[in-house]
Amino acid sequence: MGFTAFFQGLLGHDIGYLVATIILILLIALPVMLGVAMAVYADRKVWASMQLRRGPNVVGPFGLMQTFADALKLFLKETIIPSGANTGVFLIAPMITFTLALIAWAVIPFDAGLVLADINVGLLYLFAVSSLGVYGIIMSGWASNSKYPFLGGLRSAAQMVSYEVSIGFVIVCVVLYSSSFNLSDIVAAQKGMVLGIGNGNILNPLLFPMAIVFFISALAETNRPPFDLPEAEAELVAGYQVEYSSMAFALFFLGEYANVLLMCALSSILFLGGWLPPVNWAPLYVVPGFVWFMAKLFGMFFIFAWVKATVPRYRYDQLMRLGWKVFLPLSLAWVCVVSGWLVFTGHYG
Amino acid sequence: MIATLAFYLFAGLVVLGAAMTILSSNPVHSVLWLILSFFNAAGLFVLLGAEFLAMILVIVYVGAVAVLFLFVVMMLDVDFARLRAGFSRYLPWGFALAVVLATELLLVFGQGTFGMSAASPSHAPVIAGMTNTQALGSLIYTRYVFIFQAAGMVLLTAMIGAIVLTHRQRPGIRKQSIAAQTARTPAGAISVVDAPSGEGVTL
Repeated sequence: MGFTAFFQGLLGHDIGYLVATIILILLIALPVMLGVAMAVYADRKVWASMQLRRGPNVVGPFGLMQTFADALKLFLKETIIPSGANTGVFLIAPMITFTLALIAWAVIPFDAGLVLADINVGLLYLFAVSSLGVYGIIMSGWASNSKYPFLGGLRSAAQMVSYEVSIGFVIVCVVLYSSSFNLSDIVAAQKGMVLGIGNGNILNPLLFPMAIVFFISALAETNRPPFDLPEAEAELVAGYQVEYSSMAFALFFLGEYANVLLMCALSSILFLGGWLPPVNWAPLYVVPGFVWFMAKLFGMFFIFAWVKATVPRYRYDQLMRLGWKVFLPLSLAWVCVVSGWLVFTGHYG
Repeated sequence: MIATLAFYLFAGLVVLGAAMTILSSNPVHSVLWLILSFFNAAGLFVLLGAEFLAMILVIVYVGAVAVLFLFVVMMLDVDFARLRAGFSRYLPWGFALAVVLATELLLVFGQGTFGMSAASPSHAPVIAGMTNTQALGSLIYTRYVFIFQAAGMVLLTAMIGAIVLTHRQRPGIRKQSIAAQTARTPAGAISVVDAPSGEGVTL
């Protein structure tokens, strides 16, 4: 990377590397946080217009500054720590959620070569980080020392562990096609995947069902409706967030939306062809890859918001049944189908 | 330099996490320290160039096994006073075990067969043009395939054993049958009766 080399020439090998990496991290993290603020706004707008309301429209032009106003309000509120709470764990929990939501972006390729850490187990790294996400929730549920947060934490732990399994098998299916865990390689392998015309695994009839399974599991993994059982308002008030106020609550909220955006980015990388245009046609490559990637990310986010606005919440036993009795056997069988097909057609030579 | 600093950070946190796991009085805190220890061990794997193992360690142990640990420990109603009562009684045994383990470690490391040093953390058997994942796969599925399969069978047996031990058929409980539910049609579920006013209907 030329950027790192420039700083290394300026400040020496190690310090230069450190400074360059910190600048790059800020260059990713700050736009992600801005994107999260806009995602909250977009979510509320989409949700509102599907319910024939106007949504936020007072603060700033078209209500664009609404999220910043909310953040400022939360920032000025008092941080309340319940007397029965386990203080250390109680305070660490929102930090874990927020940090994990941000560190995952290190391996996301925004364009060809535009990635902070181009590691060869990038997909596993993302999977590992998203499987750690459960700790923020389960720790906050336990440390609050209160019944609704505890129920929310337990539900969330069971839910996220269940759906990770099927996400894992879906990932294996995609990796079988690209023969690599590197996210850039996975995107590159999707170029002209379908008869040399379509870019993107979702156009592949063998991977299309897995794209659906992945999308639904991603909803469950990020605790979005219809799988928002950990914070089901009707039963648990706000689930694991009940005892949190001020910035601790804001960290949970931002972390949640950053995770949603991450899942959108991951689905566009795994199934929609990342920075590639949807069709393998030369004039489309004039548009920068970054623009295609962002368009796909926002498209996925719109679908997330759409689902939130239209689908009623699952019952808990139905959620578990879907995860363990439907998705797990289906995705496991599909791994066999995909690998069998690839060996049969001589994909591995 | 950064790699060395990172090594001491990870190694220190592994030791701290392991020590606090046995020292902290609250079992939930113990599990959380254990998780910290696991996580930093994964960091050590990364420094050794075994990034696939590191990620699998995080995914399997931290992301799944430890969550279930935490899940169970959180729901246990543990009496801390009773838990610590036996501490002095078991102390000699624990001490004897520690001595045996320390002697073994000294015997192994004293021979100098493990020439590990923090300053050169790249002992990974890197094969040119092959990533870590491919190298592991090509070993496990060729040379060690039978041992690998045997390990899988052991795990399967353990899983079946656990299910057999905990699964019990309770007679007389009502179960939801999704297939029967979705197969219902309005014709079989409701009947529309044109009831004349003032008279009842017989269904």
